[in-house]
Amino acid sequence: MSINADTVKHVANLARLNISDDEVESHTNQLSQILGLMDQLNSLPTDNVEPMTHAVDMLMPAREDVVVNGDSREILLNCAPDSEDGHFRVPKIIE
Amino acid sequence: MPIDPNYETVIGLEVHSQLRTKSKIFCGCPNKYGSDANTQICHVCAGFPGVLPVMNREMVNMAIKTGLAINGQIRKLSVFSRKNYFYPDSPTGYQISQYDLPIVEHGELFIDLPDEPKKRIGVTRIHMEVDAGKSIHEGIVGASWVDLNRVGTPLLEIVSEPDMRCSEDAGAYLKKLRAIVRFLDVCDGNMEEGSFRCDANVSVRRYGAEKFGTRAELKNLNSIRNVMRAIDFEVDRQIDLIESGEEVVQETRLWDANKNISRSMRSKEDAHDYRYFPEPDLPPLTIEQSQIDALNATLPELPDAMAQRFQDEMGLSEYDAGVLTACREMSTYFEEANQVVSEAGKKNAKATANWVTGELLGRLNKEGLEIDSSPVSAQNLGKLVALIQTGEISGKIAKKVFTHMFDDGGDPQTIVAEKGLKQVTDSSSITAEVEKVLEAHPDQVEQYRGGKTQILGFLVGKVMQATRGKANPAMVNTVLKEKLG
Repeated sequence: MSINADTVKHVANLARLNISDDEVESHTNQLSQILGLMDQLNSLPTDNVEPMTHAVDMLMPAREDVVVNGDSREILLNCAPDSEDGHFRVPKIIE
Repeated sequence: MPIDPNYETVIGLEVHSQLRTKSKIFCGCPNKYGSDANTQICHVCAGFPGVLPVMNREMVNMAIKTGLAINGQIRKLSVFSRKNYFYPDSPTGYQISQYDLPIVEHGELFIDLPDEPKKRIGVTRIHMEVDAGKSIHEGIVGASWVDLNRVGTPLLEIVSEPDMRCSEDAGAYLKKLRAIVRFLDVCDGNMEEGSFRCDANVSVRRYGAEKFGTRAELKNLNSIRNVMRAIDFEVDRQIDLIESGEEVVQETRLWDANKNISRSMRSKEDAHDYRYFPEPDLPPLTIEQSQIDALNATLPELPDAMAQRFQDEMGLSEYDAGVLTACREMSTYFEEANQVVSEAGKKNAKATANWVTGELLGRLNKEGLEIDSSPVSAQNLGKLVALIQTGEISGKIAKKVFTHMFDDGGDPQTIVAEKGLKQVTDSSSITAEVEKVLEAHPDQVEQYRGGKTQILGFLVGKVMQATRGKANPAMVNTVLKEKLG
């Protein structure tokens, strides 16, 4: 399986990455190589192997349903590029 | 209602149900509605680098309970995924959701329609996910504001099969699903506040066609009535398009409840390219059978079972049983009132049901109140029904007493005593009133005796008027007939 320049541009756009034409070319090559490796894996017999969804072999830890947090408005608003009247202020979203 | 008999409507619903946990799904911030902006947020909510989500145990329990309540299969292994999209109210740039391995699959529920047998609607899946924050646009010049309080609110997305065929089906499905989550006490089911939100997928096809038509997704439906109206509007719109030779395009449409129309949400074609992948910050969720069994043992009596019991044991109609089990507050109210009536030695669940579904709900609706804020308590309504059953007051006087109770509070016995409304069952005083009325209306008496017996109603009315409605009407009838002989 290979990947073309249009797919790379499309994925970059979805990820909001601004990449140059040179980068499109090198990413196309690199991603195609990675997909080539996937093809190799696909050629292996995996009928009796459980699909893996996580790299670390552990189970989901869970916490009790108690409130221990939440009162950090000023700290978090101070980290934001802009804020106003208790809100994060962002460029106008609606057209 | 079939809008055009040549077409069949196909509807599937997606419901987002906010769970009533104390804390959020992945952090220890409070999970509540209506606080000042950004006063229940932490670094996890704000999507700071390096923070990790930690699963709320109660969220999983609530999801399992909901799954069991709709006869769903609980997956022993389920996996969280990232749904990637950019929007300012989601600071991480992705939503943690479930994709190919949701916690519940293959459920069902049964909807109640007037004069029709119960209909089965499949529930494809229920998955767990986080809610996003809120953007505020109105009244802000040159910018938008973001409130992250809602980020991390635990959500169940409940997806139905495309099993509904008209807007009434959809309305009945939502009512039943809302009753179930309310009985389970996992969600308050408030559509206006957005704790129970519905998107509708609607398509039409010619009868007999095998393939579904192209569907539109309807959003911004904040009441059951709006869901039904939006569906009817959409079905008309799609049939008109097809009939005029045009094509239905797959799109998302926003419902405008003020204008009763929907409009297309112009969206970029790649808006649905979410590039899901397994969430690296959360290992798979495993569930033991013992946990499922333990939760199953805690399930309360659910609406369908309770409605059946009301019919079997109390002789209520299917319709009344359905109304009285629409939510837990309603069924609790009815059962408490009915208990009072039974204790007065006058078992009459039907009369109690009539008072709750008729007089009480009628007045509550008029005032825009919910059952749990009723000015008339269940105990007092029960006492009122008991007073009618024991013959102390007539049904007509009871309505007056009820109005007093609703407007000024108080218990019915006191109101009856204070206002002197007790039914007159003393035959000598009734006889006296009857004699007075007969004397005052000699013409009518003559007409009656001449064979015009329907005049009796007029005379009964005069006696009731003279006693200000307090005379026992059956006794008035008997005495009148006697005297007119």
